[in-house]
Amino acid sequence: MNPRRQKRLYTALVLVSGLAITIGLVLYALKENIDLFYTPNEIVNGKKETGIKPQIGQRLRIGGMVVEGSVKRLGNDLNVQFELADAQSKQNITIVYDGILPDLFREGQGIVANGYLRTPTQVEAFEVLAKHDEEYMPPDLAEAMKGIKHVKPENNPALAKPDASGAY
Amino acid sequence: MIPEIGHFALLIALVFACCQSVLPLIGAQKNNADLTALAKPLVYANFALLTLAMICLAWAFYFNDFSVTYVAMNSNTQLPWYYRLSALWGAHEGSLLLWVWILSLWTTAVAIFSRSLDDVDIARVLAVMGMIAVGFIAFVVFTSNPFERTFPNFPVDGRDLNPLLQDFGLIIHPPMLYMGYVGFSVVFAFAVAALISGKLDATWARWSRPWTLSAWGFLTMGITLGSWWAYYELGWGGWWFWDPVENASFMPWLAGTALIHSLSVTEKRGAFKSWTVLLAISAFSLSLLGTFLVRSGILVSVHAFASDPTRGLFILIYLLIVIGGALTLYAMRASTVVSTHRYKLFSREVLLFINNVLLVVALVVVLLGTLLPLVHKELGLGSISIGAPFFNQISSIWFIPFSIVLGIAPLIRWKQDKLSRHNKTLFTGLVLTLLLSLTFYLPLALDSALTMSGIVLASWIICLTLLEVIKNKSVKKLSLSHWGMVFGHLGFAVLIIGIAVTQFSTVEKNLRMKPGESVNIQGYDFTFESIDFVKGPNYSAYMGEFEVVKGNSQVHLHAEKRYYNVQSNVMTEAGIDAGLWRDLYVALGESLDDGSWGVRLYVKPFVRWIWLGGILMVVAAAFCLADPRYRSILAAKLTTSKAG
Repeated sequence: MNPRRQKRLYTALVLVSGLAITIGLVLYALKENIDLFYTPNEIVNGKKETGIKPQIGQRLRIGGMVVEGSVKRLGNDLNVQFELADAQSKQNITIVYDGILPDLFREGQGIVANGYLRTPTQVEAFEVLAKHDEEYMPPDLAEAMKGIKHVKPENNPALAKPDASGAY
Repeated sequence: MIPEIGHFALLIALVFACCQSVLPLIGAQKNNADLTALAKPLVYANFALLTLAMICLAWAFYFNDFSVTYVAMNSNTQLPWYYRLSALWGAHEGSLLLWVWILSLWTTAVAIFSRSLDDVDIARVLAVMGMIAVGFIAFVVFTSNPFERTFPNFPVDGRDLNPLLQDFGLIIHPPMLYMGYVGFSVVFAFAVAALISGKLDATWARWSRPWTLSAWGFLTMGITLGSWWAYYELGWGGWWFWDPVENASFMPWLAGTALIHSLSVTEKRGAFKSWTVLLAISAFSLSLLGTFLVRSGILVSVHAFASDPTRGLFILIYLLIVIGGALTLYAMRASTVVSTHRYKLFSREVLLFINNVLLVVALVVVLLGTLLPLVHKELGLGSISIGAPFFNQISSIWFIPFSIVLGIAPLIRWKQDKLSRHNKTLFTGLVLTLLLSLTFYLPLALDSALTMSGIVLASWIICLTLLEVIKNKSVKKLSLSHWGMVFGHLGFAVLIIGIAVTQFSTVEKNLRMKPGESVNIQGYDFTFESIDFVKGPNYSAYMGEFEVVKGNSQVHLHAEKRYYNVQSNVMTEAGIDAGLWRDLYVALGESLDDGSWGVRLYVKPFVRWIWLGGILMVVAAAFCLADPRYRSILAAKLTTSKAG
């Protein structure tokens, strides 16, 4: 091999290995950091598209309506617990969160939470996001909320207060 | 009446923009001097018309003309006058009008400052900018008309501006950002015009540089302001969220940074020509993509304010035409562009090439992270989100090769060099780096490996940049653009120190506190003194008083929880004591049952350095632009044109 070719070969090798390392790194980081979005119904019955249910301990993103009257404070710190529901869900998902809720967090409104699934129906959140203005709703959430948008919470069985469900 | 004038001006501007995009181009191709001469008058007329449209809309805002839908949706009689004016770009329609107006501002600037270019060349550039204007003015007129009326029933009062936007940062952030975004259209136009004419030479690169630098400077300023605004206004002390909308502004910045560096190679050495053209096209394409992402609302983002699918489709088609057209042209012409310059494996050219490769890698990763959720969803695989950890992991590794090369590159000669020639400097640099890192390490008692590696690498950049300055025979004779490079690199290092320390050494406590209670964080005694109910012009608020004591020094902080009546929105106004070494940050969370409040108490060391770095980079761009080299180009050509 003449020196010029040798040089080219080395350059090519460096480039290829650089590319391989980069791609490997990106894929690894992606694998670690992709969070699937679930609605409360999908957590119980599996994702709409694939039918796959989340596993216990999985990091995920959940979006739904805060069930009226479900917000509970536990003890003397910031621990808070509330339930999420959507149009199809029969089983509410409980969110446990230790932190300050966003300004626009209200009962009967849509929120998104990032957290870990602890039991089949409980998510321990490390982040709770509420919509930014009256009009705005994350597109994912808007989709999950289709069908219940114009129903008053008290008229929707899915969103009825757990303790008042027999009253209708 | 006045809004109709504005609307009418906009329509005429559309017609003029059509003429501007076609006639001069025909003139340039057919050598018809009459047609090419039309370019500049059309540009000036367009600017005048769009300015008129802006004034009309501003007038409607100032005098509370709620018969205009856009005004009714985004303003209110109780809103202070300066926010009423800045509300002009507070939402979709107005911000697009601002986009278009800034485009015509840049076009006018090109027309004025390029008098010495050949009439034919400048006609092509202006025509390309005209094409961009046609698309956007049509977009404003047909899908997002800010002058639409609510007749016959118009509201007595407006729906008010989103409280998040009622802030000084939001008065200047969008114009700055748009100046950056749209500024890249100039380089884009120069590149496309050069592809049409086939004249891709050093002159092209020399002319593109100042425009790239100024657009990049504005974009840097815009991003820095946005980050600063998010920090104090969103109420939880974050300064960058890797949110799709932020990424949308970051991608053109990365492309612009790569472009600045590759333009310098093209101008000085005649190398990388076709690569530079591709970058010039990419920078503006990414700006357009950013506009598309922000304005179509297809991405899940906390920034995704009002959005509408038909608008998304319009921008998508427009995007395909502009980017597709430019890339096709590029594909047809790129093979004719030959860089004759030769250089060896170890030379400044190669190091700048590595810089470009790394910046493009970063760009691709950000693009991937931003668009993957979208693709994933469209493929029917379900919604996903890619969070900040992905970007943080990648960027912390990416930074290692980037900063090592950044430190060395300015020392290396063009064309060919030997590493052994620099052994002494590199060794001195290494020793100084370790010393500088120690001066950070000892007082801060840093325990995170990531912070330390960030500090060491940033120190490496600082030390080598300063050594490079000293090594020059006469520091006084260094050119302004050389100082620009020095400031730019130092700014980057300062930014990295800020990020590294803030990210890993911030102490954040979210607590439940009653008035009268205190807590100690990092040696600071935070006392929640009292909470009061106060009234503002268009809001009512709870104002929390905090006292922070450390040793003999004490500061008072006011944190507010505001309730904006019109939109029934709640806003958090953080109380911040800013300092070069640390920020004290207090924000009210929610009011809890027993009179206590959820409170955020943060001690954030070095957070100011992040924006200080951004400001240094803007200064760097200003230094480069002030370099007499560019003025002398202008002057020289002006005299020749007078002589001729």
